[in-house]
Amino acid sequence: MGMSMESQFHVLAVDDSIIDRKLIERLLKTSSYQVTTVDSGTKALEFLGLHEDDQSNTETPSVSPNNHQEVDVNLIITDYCMPGMTGYDLLRKIKESSSLRDIPVVIMSSENVPSRISRCLEEGAEEFFLKPVRLSDVNRLRPHMMKTKLKDPKQDNEENKEESGKPVSRSLEEKEEQQQQHQQQQLHRLPQQQHSNSNKRKALEEGLSPDRTRPRYNGLTTVV
Amino acid sequence: MDGVAQLQKQLVDFTDSLFQEGFLDEQFNQLQQLQDESNPDFVVEVVSLFFEDSERLLNELAKALEQKTIDFRKVDAHVHQFKGSSSSIGAQRVQKVCIAFRNYCEEQNIEGCLKCLQQVKLEYSLVKNKLETLFKIEKQLIAAGGSIPT
Repeated sequence: MGMSMESQFHVLAVDDSIIDRKLIERLLKTSSYQVTTVDSGTKALEFLGLHEDDQSNTETPSVSPNNHQEVDVNLIITDYCMPGMTGYDLLRKIKESSSLRDIPVVIMSSENVPSRISRCLEEGAEEFFLKPVRLSDVNRLRPHMMKTKLKDPKQDNEENKEESGKPVSRSLEEKEEQQQQHQQQQLHRLPQQQHSNSNKRKALEEGLSPDRTRPRYNGLTTVV
Repeated sequence: MDGVAQLQKQLVDFTDSLFQEGFLDEQFNQLQQLQDESNPDFVVEVVSLFFEDSERLLNELAKALEQKTIDFRKVDAHVHQFKGSSSSIGAQRVQKVCIAFRNYCEEQNIEGCLKCLQQVKLEYSLVKNKLETLFKIEKQLIAAGGSIPT
């Protein structure tokens, strides 16, 4: 991992509102990220080098022969309500793509709809921000981007433990516990959304554990 | 120096009144915090975009509500956008009318919608006026050699 941690993270922001694009761009640049903004999901996919008609074959994206995305994007932040392709549609397409699925995706919405939030999180979104987005929200993005530049060394150790024949049952139990806790957290989050808007971010934050491992996104994970 | 101090006071008092009267909310503060030496016109730029976008939306709304058969989903879509943009810049009173407006759309209540259209036009012109005054004072302050108090 000779990667320089000082090199800028590149965020792709997707929003059909010109005001919100300006705002999110400023927020991201204030945090020293490189920013590209587009006004639709379709344009986002184009920028990422994925064409909609390639979805049928996710193993071989037709754009580049080496299976890597053409541009280096470390995070995608997208509005939910957009004409044509919604943020949710975009999220799904990204997660269905073998070349793009590892890019963390964050959803923004002006509406606090619990079922919408949980659906996005279940589909693989890392965070769900309520608009208007603030600097404190943007500050939550860094850990997600760090994950993509650095494979989690802890994950490696756990796998080694299993292989070496040390108490396997205990580490498996721990993983199961973690998953149960995670599911409970997700369930607990829903009633909290009934609170007034002043608690909206707190409610979301309580439900989200940035350290949770999601087997889908760790390429090294063995089957749990 | 007196002139500068006076303008600064004028600016602070005027801004305070906008918050007290509910024209602006905390989000406007957030915008101001994003402005700095490297982006000295950020607030004016965002607000200008808001003005342009709002005028477009008001035109669309008027057109949509003039139709013989009103497409309430279309009206609602425009109001939703307006609600979003006003919320993004902290134009609280405009946002509040938009919320009521969306309820009338959902009920397919023409009278209610027309009433809200008038209300939102009014609130929009009020906040536009207020913000233009705010920017004018800021300009005068800077021209007098002062800086905008943070």
